[in-house]
Amino acid sequence: MYIYDEIDQRMVDERVKQFADQTRRFLEGKLSEDAFRQLRLRNGLYIQRYAPMLRIAIPYGLLASRQLRKIAHVARAYDRGYGHFSTRQNLQLNWPKLEDVPAILAELATVQMHAIQTSGNCVRNITTDHFAGVARDELVDSFVWCEIIRQWSTFHPEFSWLPRKFKIAVNGARSDRAAVEIHDIGLRVVRADDGAIGFRVLVGGGLGRTPIIGQTLREFLPWPHLLTYLEAILRTYNRYGRRDNIHKARIKIIVKEFGIERFRREVDDEWAQLKDGPNTLVEEEVKRIETRFTRPQYEKLPATDRALERLLVRDAAFRNWHARNVHPHKVPGYAAVTLSLKKTGVPPGDVTSEQMEAVADLADRHSFGELRVSHEQNLILADVKLAQLHDLWQEARSLGLATPNIGLLTNIICCPGGDFCGLANAKSIPVAQAIQERFDDLDYLHDIGEIDINISGCMNACGHHHVGHIGILGVDKNGEEWYQIEIGGNQGEIRPGLKASLGKVIGPSFARAEVPEVIERLIRCYLDRRDSEAERFIDVVHRIGAEFFKEYVYGKADPQSPRRRRHLAVA
Amino acid sequence: MAKLIRNRRVADDTWLWLKPDASGSLPAVPDEGDVIVPLSLWIERREALLSRKGRTGVWLDSKEGPEAIVPNLGLLPLVAVSFPVFGDGRGFSTARLLRERYGYHGEIRAVGDVLRDQLLFMARCGFDAFALQEGQDVEDALAAFDELPETYQASAAEPLPLFRRRLPQTERCRP
Repeated sequence: MYIYDEIDQRMVDERVKQFADQTRRFLEGKLSEDAFRQLRLRNGLYIQRYAPMLRIAIPYGLLASRQLRKIAHVARAYDRGYGHFSTRQNLQLNWPKLEDVPAILAELATVQMHAIQTSGNCVRNITTDHFAGVARDELVDSFVWCEIIRQWSTFHPEFSWLPRKFKIAVNGARSDRAAVEIHDIGLRVVRADDGAIGFRVLVGGGLGRTPIIGQTLREFLPWPHLLTYLEAILRTYNRYGRRDNIHKARIKIIVKEFGIERFRREVDDEWAQLKDGPNTLVEEEVKRIETRFTRPQYEKLPATDRALERLLVRDAAFRNWHARNVHPHKVPGYAAVTLSLKKTGVPPGDVTSEQMEAVADLADRHSFGELRVSHEQNLILADVKLAQLHDLWQEARSLGLATPNIGLLTNIICCPGGDFCGLANAKSIPVAQAIQERFDDLDYLHDIGEIDINISGCMNACGHHHVGHIGILGVDKNGEEWYQIEIGGNQGEIRPGLKASLGKVIGPSFARAEVPEVIERLIRCYLDRRDSEAERFIDVVHRIGAEFFKEYVYGKADPQSPRRRRHLAVA
Repeated sequence: MAKLIRNRRVADDTWLWLKPDASGSLPAVPDEGDVIVPLSLWIERREALLSRKGRTGVWLDSKEGPEAIVPNLGLLPLVAVSFPVFGDGRGFSTARLLRERYGYHGEIRAVGDVLRDQLLFMARCGFDAFALQEGQDVEDALAAFDELPETYQASAAEPLPLFRRRLPQTERCRP
């Protein structure tokens, strides 16, 4: 956990004061609706379909137990007793009162939390690998770099009124668990032959209505130049990014219009002026940030635990959970554990105040008082002793947080959708639930193996549907909710070699009631076609192509046959 | 006379901002008095403008970077940067470039849809004068400069980022 120093803390406290004053002036009629909208967005406050929504920042997804307890308290005192973890590793409260928001922010500031830049056309929360610091394939701990970028981007005087929002992800391991290829800027740590650390810089990736995979802007950027180079990219974007059309305003569009070569030239010309200037990082600063992170005091333990192994043999339910929700750790005798927020019947990513408090206790007892939020909307206890796994499992199970489905079909990424969001064309949570109910047989789930299903309620793609192995997009057809199905998307190089890819729509959209059956057909096609259990759904799609799957879903003769559609509608 | 903020004080605005009217045509340049002309007029009639009685400044539209006036900066006591809508943040880059890259020491004035809540970051980017959008209390707006006193970044107002300000004095400027 990064611990604020006095200056970090003052910055957050002063922002609370500033926002309280802005809210006061708005309520007194001294600030126009339009101006206040932009200002409140920069502090994470939306006005949604039914109520305001406050998005609280969880920088790079790292959270201390005392912070989670504070969120639990805030959710109970000012909201309806629950919160929603988002795909940007943040937390959203769906029902706060506008007038209460300054008080909520003041409470959050007491535990070094805030809502700074969680919305608006500025640099948003920096995201990263939820196994940062503990992964076996890690090159460096990406949290340190995320914090350096967080500080650089916080209240940046020049880049607070960009053409559009700006998302940066950092990955410090060999596998990419941060989906860097679908960010405005993606940074992948690379180690040069001489051992020097640097970044491969990707630019122009993103989802939304124009999904694009990011391109490499620079193969190797030595770490001291990180901030000057970011500044050069952001200045190029701020000056030349499109402002005439909100749907063409993300950096990906200007990268596409310029072409990567010209965009690189523009950035390099700008960088030539900034390089080696005062923003050049120094080793003292990297070390200073590093030492402000609390580090678990690991015990020296054997790499295996006898008792654990006996329990795994004896208890099939524990074994299932262990197989899916327990992850290897770089320190012998420890493991990382995912607490699943994807239990059937619960909106994906939602947690009650009681669960938050219980999870905070679990973190204190089993994982040095810290936890992480994953972009797949689950919670991670990153440093659990092997000997404590069984206890933890039992406790998590009684809290409804031990669904053994990480990586499996029911671990659905899902936006809040039409139940909450003012932008949505369709509901997404009931679709996730219907699929989870359909695939509720654990043996079947394990047989299907690893698959990502992502659901977005509109083309803004908060549920990352383009990069789901199966992506589901809610669309509006003459006022009715319909669902388009894509297959073949992939969020990134989680397994080396399989790069990020965008799904392709398989055909005409479906009514909500049809969706589980369509998923079932896609799965049956996969099971028929796979070479072995080791070949995952996405591998088969890439190997045999989407056509086969399409035929399976729509029927061979006439994919758009009305008879087939009627049949499906009653299935 | 209209009021503006200059160097964190309320002041009278003696300059005429010459901008196209609703039909798109530019009013005549007055024979005397201080005037802020569009970049295109400056390029076209620089000598004539400089021989007038009264000072001449140039205003840049948000899409116009500072590059075109760089060779003339020594002739200009004032450069204004227009914000056609407050969300158009290009002017923040323009001001930093003028101050930090091109070493401009004259007045940089924010004009157009300039809101009280943007003054602080504008000042950090190098603006020192602000003609607020109508309907805002100019006196009240002065408080904006005292918000968020701590900063992480280097900027026109602060040559070193916080991480270098934390280093011992002698170490701060090393590469």
